Amino acid sequence: MSEKNLGSGSRLYSGDLINLDQGLISRDIFTAQGIYDDEMERIFARAWLFVGHESQVPEPGDYILSRMGEESVIFNRDRTGKLRVMLNNCRHRGMRVCRYDKGNSRKFMCPFHAWTYSDLGDLIAVPKMETGYHNELDRGEWGLIQARVTSYRGFVFACWDEATPDFETYLGDLRFYFDDYCELPDGSYDDWEAFGGIFKWKMPCNWKFGAENFGGDYYHNPSHASVDQVILSPAGTKGRHTYDDVTKKQEAWKLNIAITPEGHNARGQLFKDDYEYMPTYQEMAVVEDYFRECYAKRQERLGEKARWYGHGGTIFPNVSYSNGVQSMGTWHPSGPHQTETWRIFLAPKAAPDEVKNVLRHYVIRYQGPSGLTEQDDMENWGSSHTGARGTIARRYDFNYSMGQGYEQKGWPVEWLGGNVHATEDVSEQNQRAYYTRWAADMDQPPTSDRIAPRHATTTQAAVRAAE
Amino acid sequence: MNTPEENELLQSLLRRYEVEQFYNAEAEMLDSRRFDAWLDLLADDIRYWMPLASNQEAGNWAAEYSVEGKDLNWFDEGKFELEQRVKQIQTGLHWAEEPVSRTTHMFSNLQVDNGDDGTIRTSCRFLVYRNRTEVETDFYVGKRRDHLRRDPLRRDPLRQRSGGGLKIVRREVLLDQNVLLSKNLTTFF
Ligand code: FES
Ligand SMILES: [Fe+2]
Repeated sequence: MSEKNLGSGSRLYSGDLINLDQGLISRDIFTAQGIYDDEMERIFARAWLFVGHESQVPEPGDYILSRMGEESVIFNRDRTGKLRVMLNNCRHRGMRVCRYDKGNSRKFMCPFHAWTYSDLGDLIAVPKMETGYHNELDRGEWGLIQARVTSYRGFVFACWDEATPDFETYLGDLRFYFDDYCELPDGSYDDWEAFGGIFKWKMPCNWKFGAENFGGDYYHNPSHASVDQVILSPAGTKGRHTYDDVTKKQEAWKLNIAITPEGHNARGQLFKDDYEYMPTYQEMAVVEDYFRECYAKRQERLGEKARWYGHGGTIFPNVSYSNGVQSMGTWHPSGPHQTETWRIFLAPKAAPDEVKNVLRHYVIRYQGPSGLTEQDDMENWGSSHTGARGTIARRYDFNYSMGQGYEQKGWPVEWLGGNVHATEDVSEQNQRAYYTRWAADMDQPPTSDRIAPRHATTTQAAVRAAE
Repeated sequence: MNTPEENELLQSLLRRYEVEQFYNAEAEMLDSRRFDAWLDLLADDIRYWMPLASNQEAGNWAAEYSVEGKDLNWFDEGKFELEQRVKQIQTGLHWAEEPVSRTTHMFSNLQVDNGDDGTIRTSCRFLVYRNRTEVETDFYVGKRRDHLRRDPLRRDPLRQRSGGGLKIVRREVLLDQNVLLSKNLTTFF
């Protein structure tokens, strides 16, 4: 047992550290170094992780630096137009081969001894090949480590493990909800475009606090009491959401949606009837016209399903999306006690500049370190994290029991997904689904262990074979 | 009798003194949490901008900072939005600043010039120190560039009878951090 679970001592993850029969979760999952180490192998080396949006690398040769788990990766569009995700790590001594946040390049030259890789990841030049290596080094074997890559409606995910199912299977019943996120305001799947720049910042807490909060914690509204007293909504009215006005006047169920066994979370509201367009941007005619037109098109495109109005969710393990502000955020683990959060924001590519500007202006005042709302979230998570560490405190598990036993399937309407669990208003079912999946992965011994890692060539052969 | 050159020097010294006093007073307001008084130092049409900084290739340094009015920025706003930030702190429910942090705002390397649009242009280095609750500590260091305008309606002890006090029309804050090292930006720069 202790060999199976290196990080948790003699305890199992499922049923012990994650003891949901009693609605309990051990605080150690947020703070123990050994558990964190298990997460790196058993979760981050297996999962589909978000690396960026296609619009961040529009042209052949374009690249940005991204991250998977703790490690830097190059996310690029190679000269042939193919999207690639490659470990930003020289095969010779591990130096970063690319140290610019973005650019356009056909090659990446390692600054240390100048091994040089192409935008396809091939090792194309090695200094002193003749006098140093006597021409015996097989360059074909020493390209950059490449991940599996998939672009789902323009959102790009990567994965290190060939045994992980394809991304659509991985999403499971979240597809309906993530599709809803990927839809433009008019209900089509036309292009989103990311604004320039990526928010990157450090938070003094474990990476899971953000993931579980964004997954569905309507219960934490008291945290945002202050922002609800000032004007943040782009409509120029009190409150922080664009939909605050809409909700008040038209009846809706506010729902938590848990996807099992995948562990993904969604949240949003389902209007009890067709909802009417609520004028929101009266001050700005172009913007008002745009959203009014989008509303009409969406109604027409989606029919009854237009009643679903998504708020956001978390794709297991560390990707959170927010509708409306249209953000994609990644909670990158940086040791058990620190998270490096990355966040991008998008706007409909074809929208008028006025619309893009309103959205941009709104989102950077809402989310992130300068955002009126998330500032308070981070205060909570930091303090929760510290609160998980005490010798005495950690003997007492966290309570995740809210709403247990009250989840419903096929409710309020069948088309929300016959298998998903839905609860109204506040519930911790989403967190329970998330940690059930977490524990199941954590109890799976890794195919590669930390002390003697599997040689990487099998994965690389598979990636190459798939090309 | 001064030479014309000396007179010019004297003029710039007076201007510099006034700007220095202005910034000292501003820092005092922020650090003693007199945020409403601070808001009064901002012109109604102020632009307050703090970009993101990225790592760029030699020759491409122009792209180091995200673009105002177009890209994501840490701040890209006007007076109305800054007023909302102040109001939020004043609710007493903004947990990221409740209890309120201790801050010390410092500036140095001040340079003062006349802009061609009648504004005074300044540039300085800033250091903002923050201590939050018990041991949480942040340092924000960087460059700050302002446009200042004389406002006849602003009362200023230095200018009781002549011209009115200064107001900030534009502030650019270039923070020397790529990944932001603090969890939030709840202070003003
Ligand atoms: S570490 Fe890259 S060439 Fe040696
Ligand atoms: Fe929140």
